[in-house]
Parts: sequence; C-alpha cells; structure tokens
Amino acid sequence: MPTFYGKDIASRLMLGTAQYPSPAILADAFRQSQAGIATVSVRREAGGEQAGQDFWQLIQDLGVAVLPNTAGCHSVREAVTTAQMARELFDTNWIKLEVIGHADTLQPDPFGLVEAAAQLSEDGFEVFPYCTEDLVLCEKLVEVGCRVLMPWGAPIGTGLGLNNIYGLRTLRAHFPDIPLVVDAGLGVPSQAAHAIELGYDAVLLNTAVAKAGDPVAMAKGFALAVEAGALAAAADPMEPRDMAAPSTPVLGKAFL
Amino acid sequence: MRLVVNGETLETDAKTLEDLLTEMGKATAKVATSVNETFVPKTARPTKTLDDGDRIEIVAPRQGG
Repeated sequence: MPTFYGKDIASRLMLGTAQYPSPAILADAFRQSQAGIATVSVRREAGGEQAGQDFWQLIQDLGVAVLPNTAGCHSVREAVTTAQMARELFDTNWIKLEVIGHADTLQPDPFGLVEAAAQLSEDGFEVFPYCTEDLVLCEKLVEVGCRVLMPWGAPIGTGLGLNNIYGLRTLRAHFPDIPLVVDAGLGVPSQAAHAIELGYDAVLLNTAVAKAGDPVAMAKGFALAVEAGALAAAADPMEPRDMAAPSTPVLGKAFL
Repeated sequence: MRLVVNGETLETDAKTLEDLLTEMGKATAKVATSVNETFVPKTARPTKTLDDGDRIEIVAPRQGG
C-alpha cells in the first residue's frame, strides 16, 4: 500500500468528490471504493450560502485523508495563493498542485508547475503535482522537493485510459523510490488495474465514478480492479512474446 | 469605500478584513481569504486594513477532483 509523505494509506484508490448525483451517492460510492484519500477544492461561496460547511462535514464523516487541489489555476501566483487558502481551510500541508497550461486539453503547464512546486515545497507544503509523463519534467519536480509524482493517463475527464504506456513505464523505472499515481483520464476499472500492474502505487479518478450510470457499482469495480492489479504486479507477470507457445504439453499427444 | 468581493462590487464601511467578514455574516464561517491575490491568514484578518478598490476573495470547501 502507498505511503505519501510518511503517511500510510490503506488503499490504492484516490477518489474525487465532484459531479456526483447527490451527497448520499457520493458517500455510498466512497464506502464501496474503499478509497483512502478524497480530493477536494476551494471555491467562492455566494452570499449567505453555507454549502461549504455541509460539504466539509460530509467529507469528515467519510474518515479518509483529504487532498485539496488547485484545480482551474492557470498561473503560479493563483496556484500558490489557492494552496495557501486550502492549507488553512483543510488543515493539511498536502496539496494536489494543478497549474493548467491549456484550456482545451487541461494539460499541465510544466514550467509554471515546477516554479509553483518549488515555492510551495519551500513554504512547507507536501506537493502532489499533477504532471505529464515527461521524464525531464518529473526530474525537475523531484529536484524542487516533490516526493510524489502524479502523471496523467489521459486528459482530465476523457476516460481514454493510459495514452502513453511507454512514458509511464519509463517513470516507474527511473523513480523506483518515489510514489507514482496515475491522475486523470481513467474511464473504466481495467485501465486502473493496468496502471497498478505497471507498478504504480495508486490511481486518482473522479469522473469515471461520478458520471457512471451507477456510481456506487463503478466505485466497487475500481476497488476490485486496483486490488487485482496489485496482486498481479506482486506476482511477477510473464514476459509477453510475439510467437505462440503451446500451453498444453506436446509430449504424449496421441499419434493419430 | 468600494471593494470587489468575489468578483462583485461592494460598498462598505468595513475598515479591516475581519470587519468585512463580520458584515457579511462570515466571521466564524469556515472560509479562507485573500486580498489582491495575496493570502491573508485568519489570524491576520483583524489587522488587515482595506483600501478602496481592493480585490477580496472569500472561499470555502467545495467538491473537487
């Protein structure tokens, strides 16, 4: 099971809290997912609205670790200020750092991401950077203090799965001691299982569960998938090969 | 004095950030604040004086991915 910044987490699934049909379904989905970490955000609250308080109570009742994000931030300053506000609100040094570089793909701005990660690490934050699978970017993030890396599988909300398996494998090989999480782009449990089979420590997803026709059943599907993936990764999978090799013994076949 | 609070113009006599939150009924709410894009911790709100045209953000916990 993963350890993030010294904290042991009893699940390989990290689950977002947005877009569920209702708070009750969110809570049920979390229970079925057995996720150990919930991602949350900070947003403006209109007038006398108190929705934030109710939501916070719901999250506390889940009994999971909380990982606030800087979703929607496009500049370093915006991301840093949002992280500081999140730290006070949620009373945690953990921050899922998003510095978005492009509005269409929601892909990270690698330059701003490194700069923001450096500032936040210096300020005592424990940064979970939402990044691409670029090896050089990830090396820079580790250099400035990140002890977790969260490369995307595919653009946020697409459900396309693991777009660059070679790149994800490369990261695993180069960072054997850094916890790696596939963050974003997963659509179905088989993709989550694949990520864990590649040796990833966890997966983070939201839309795949929240927007499923039955979010609670899908949450359970992801829980089983990451467990299956972990069993497979620990069981030393066979090497793929190009040519067929009979599994049934050839010796002793009847001569007909 | 005219402020911009969460993107909307607001006329107020509040002298400090703490005064503003009290005026808005959010003095004890679970919120975090910034003034002109700079974070202002809860403990600094009583001494954070406001000037005409200041941009204030008041945020609360919300669902996120």
